[in-house]
Amino acid sequence: MIRIVLPAHLRTLARVGEEVEIQVEGSATQRSVLDALEASYPVLRGTIRGHATHRRRPFVRFFACEQDLSHESPDAPLPDAVARGTEPFLVVGAMAGG
Amino acid sequence: MPAIEQRHTLRKEHRMSGVRVLVGTRKGAFVLTADGKRERWKVSGPHFAGWEIYHLKGSPAEPNRLYASQSSGWFGQVIQRSNDGGATWEAVGNEFTYDGVPGTHQWYDGTQHPWEFARVWHLEPSLSDPDDVYAGVEDAALFRTTDGGRTWRELSGLRRHASGPAWQPGAGGMCLHTIVLDSSHPGRIYTAISAAGAFRSDDGGETWTPINRGLKSQGLPDPNAEVGHCVHRIAMHRSRPGVLFMQKHWDVMRSDDGGDSWREVSGNLPSDFGFPIDVHAHEPETIYVVPIKSDSEHFPPDGKLRVYRSRAGGDEWEALTKGLPQSDCYVNVLRDAMAVDTLDSCGVYFGTTGGQVYASSDAGNTWAPIVRDLPDVLSVEVQTLP
Repeated sequence: MIRIVLPAHLRTLARVGEEVEIQVEGSATQRSVLDALEASYPVLRGTIRGHATHRRRPFVRFFACEQDLSHESPDAPLPDAVARGTEPFLVVGAMAGG
Repeated sequence: MPAIEQRHTLRKEHRMSGVRVLVGTRKGAFVLTADGKRERWKVSGPHFAGWEIYHLKGSPAEPNRLYASQSSGWFGQVIQRSNDGGATWEAVGNEFTYDGVPGTHQWYDGTQHPWEFARVWHLEPSLSDPDDVYAGVEDAALFRTTDGGRTWRELSGLRRHASGPAWQPGAGGMCLHTIVLDSSHPGRIYTAISAAGAFRSDDGGETWTPINRGLKSQGLPDPNAEVGHCVHRIAMHRSRPGVLFMQKHWDVMRSDDGGDSWREVSGNLPSDFGFPIDVHAHEPETIYVVPIKSDSEHFPPDGKLRVYRSRAGGDEWEALTKGLPQSDCYVNVLRDAMAVDTLDSCGVYFGTTGGQVYASSDAGNTWAPIVRDLPDVLSVEVQTLP
């Protein structure tokens, strides 16, 4: 079970609480986690990463285990603690603006 | 039913008619409702709090079917749909993918820049089918859904027009912001793009013709340029489909031949810069604009918020000031932020970047704010309810 924490606006959009839990087939990577998240909550398609490119939107960041994973390969394994479900995968709306 | 009782029922129904004003703001959507007197208002919202709502509009065919463009610099584009007049909403399809290889357009520095989807500026439901909606987007293109917003397909003939590589963004981006459907000519659609100009299709959006003859734009080296004009808004009265009114970056313009040619009708306006333009619901030669001082000072001349009305289709204008602030007012009124209802005494509505939505229930003679303190208003539409 993978735990994902969404930013407030996406929680409202998906009508979920602070944290959602999803099942991932195979190894836990950014790509497999986001694929599973979007399969469970189709309304989130296009809000975290581009529809066609699957690239992370510029003002969205990924964190876990006190690490910024935003620039990691989408196919790189996530930390074991995320894969085991002891730590959440954080989707964060970047602080921007004045 | 006895005749006298039937008349009573009809009068009662007439009294029960009302309006629903749909307001898009920088931080959410608001739905303002009133009965036909338009004196007491109920305010619902914010819907989609914190998101930019560039536009929301109801279907002429099914007034309780509404569509809203919800967007965010962080999380992109969402399209919302309501089947109950805005009480509840559901997110529908948000994939706006250009048809084929998008190509390039002119960038601010004169270089070529790839077409990139940013947001939906304007949603125009069809006149006959609530599931059929056009969407004008940035970077400029026209999309259409025929399944109630679940899927969107680009009508790419517009973007692929031979002049496309010469189109360039205005200060607000290269947006397709105006879509006018002509009920008297099936397949006729007018669009406007900043800063490319106005275009017309006579085949349902498959092929397009630039219709900018007569527009004069400072800074364009060719005074007869086919494209490159910063059209801010086009309005048409449904009973006079060949007559178009345009608020351009500078200049208020009129066409009497479906856009084939334009002439200036700015007349005695204190400034012919502005954004919205609209037509009285029952008087096709009565039009409204809100003069703004200049393109570098986006506020009303002399700090006086004045709507100007022409009853002659342009050239001769009168200031409408009663109920509007006439000192120290420095708000703007954006291109999609004016609308008219179709009640017997035509109502006129507009929203400001200061968060006020003003209404007039007597065709502009007097005004009163419905709300004063919303986030900056991006769009105003009104539905006349049975």
